[in-house]
Amino acid sequence: MSDLLPLLVASPILAAVAVLALGYKFERVGWPIAALASLVQVGLAGTVAARVYGSGRTVTYELGGFRPPFGIELVVDGLSAAVAALVAVVALGVLAYARRAGPRSIAFYTQYLLLVAGLSGMSITGDMFNLYVFLEITGLAAYALVASGDSGRAAVGALKYLIIGTVGASLFLLGIGYAFVATGTLNMADLSVRLAEVGYDATLVRASFALVVAGLAVKTALFPLHTWQPEAYASAPDSVSAFISALVSTVSAYAIARVIFSVFTVDFFAAVPAARTAVLTLAGVSIIAGSALAVMQTEVKRMLAYSSVSQFGLVVAGFALANQAGVVGGTVHLVGHGLMKGGLFLAAGALAAVAGARTVDEYDGLAARAPVLSGAFAVLALAMVGVPPAVGFVGKWYIALGAFEARAWPIAVVILASTLLTLAYFARLVERMYFRRPAAGTAPAGAAVADGGSDRPAGLSVGMVAVVVVVAILAVALGSLVAEFEQLMQPTLDTLLQL
Amino acid sequence: MIDLLLTRYNYVAVVLLLGIGAYMIIESTNLVKKVVGLNIFQTGIFLFFITSAYRVGGSPPVLTNEGPYVSPLPHVLILTAIVVGVSLTAVALALIVRIHAEYGTLDEDVLREVRANE
Repeated sequence: MSDLLPLLVASPILAAVAVLALGYKFERVGWPIAALASLVQVGLAGTVAARVYGSGRTVTYELGGFRPPFGIELVVDGLSAAVAALVAVVALGVLAYARRAGPRSIAFYTQYLLLVAGLSGMSITGDMFNLYVFLEITGLAAYALVASGDSGRAAVGALKYLIIGTVGASLFLLGIGYAFVATGTLNMADLSVRLAEVGYDATLVRASFALVVAGLAVKTALFPLHTWQPEAYASAPDSVSAFISALVSTVSAYAIARVIFSVFTVDFFAAVPAARTAVLTLAGVSIIAGSALAVMQTEVKRMLAYSSVSQFGLVVAGFALANQAGVVGGTVHLVGHGLMKGGLFLAAGALAAVAGARTVDEYDGLAARAPVLSGAFAVLALAMVGVPPAVGFVGKWYIALGAFEARAWPIAVVILASTLLTLAYFARLVERMYFRRPAAGTAPAGAAVADGGSDRPAGLSVGMVAVVVVVAILAVALGSLVAEFEQLMQPTLDTLLQL
Repeated sequence: MIDLLLTRYNYVAVVLLLGIGAYMIIESTNLVKKVVGLNIFQTGIFLFFITSAYRVGGSPPVLTNEGPYVSPLPHVLILTAIVVGVSLTAVALALIVRIHAEYGTLDEDVLREVRANE
């Protein structure tokens, strides 16, 4: 059974090669192969998750038969199973959407499959250097995907993403180097033991933690390390921004959790309270600044991008609280945010295809023109704000609970305030969509766009609408399943938090 | 202090490379020079790893040699990291070619002005 783990990475890579090899001979082969690979990926991730949650134990695999800690180990526990499943499901949804919305080049499908491979690898690896390699595979595929837009703007956004992302990954590598020099090992489980032996007050160990977390924070796009993110999301094609926003930062935030709990462990937080305070402060600042910047945006995709800065602040805060409620909340919001934000970007892309609406002003009266899409967008926006019973509410509830239990009052206040701030930027969109008339005739630019939009519904397929609606239903329905998810997570939580 | 510089000059070089690389990435307005800075920054990290493998009197880790050996692991890791670095440079340069074709400039400040007029 554990033989399935390497396939989670290998099968999308093989499919990527197949698309590339066959694609230049048969032009239409890209989508079917990618779809098949995504279905296989969902099946594999589902089987592994069922196995992990069913038995309550971690599933491991030794690559190449080399015994860990010398060889590379793949490890799936409750936390990574959830992330791997999210990657597979979101990838399938985005692919269904991209069939009509494009981009439809061979290059796109190849990069898409490589990105799936990199993300799956990041979520299941049990080795620090292997994590770096998958981080860079993910990064390379993501840079190229952002640049797959036709405009020069996409190339500039991608280059900015590449430069900042590479510096982040390099800091992460330097942090691994410090940990390696201190302990002589790269296996996560082995590192957690050896780091404790070296002593958490050693400068090398503390510097390693700071560098690793800073590097991953760049990739997660926490304020003030987020500067690459809004332009990359806004300039990429709609399918790509949905895919990247739903997964790339998500898996990096997961990596932060993995490093905190499986490499440095909660004992490190106990021994070095300053490290925990620093991560919590970073998260808290990110929540406030991300929301404030989101309110100021006029372009919808930039607004959604800044919203991610804020929501990942919440997720990382949940993990840094390092108690049961905090970690459950962090995990739930990690998965929930991935679904909701991916859905919001897809809905924004579909609305742009229907009505040409890309700025906040152009959302006036959209509900009359695209009732289903507007409804789904509103449901997802409200779920993100945290209206019960949606999954966004449950995640934030647990994180707030964790903050109260940890008696971290400043962060508790920030989390509660963040709900209001999230409302501030989503409410104005929903209000415009439902309670305002389109500014026909008054603004020439708006009218031109509306005219252009009326002959363009051909850009919208049933599949695109269906994906958005399914995500909206999931965002509401998953909220009620969180209590059972917490039960399934319990064995993992016991290990991670050393209860 | 002098003694430290003379015996640990590899680490001095690491710090210099990291500093020069970071300075170029931040300060240069030329996009190609930014990528060069990125490479220098990464080279500093590579040198750090390689230096950590060294031990006094160690021989190359080949079985026919007499021990003690230097650690082979960092070399393998950095070989991988170099491959990653080369791919990143390739993607970055491809993007720069596209930016130049689109806007006709490689200078960040000029690029900002051109794009502001879009």
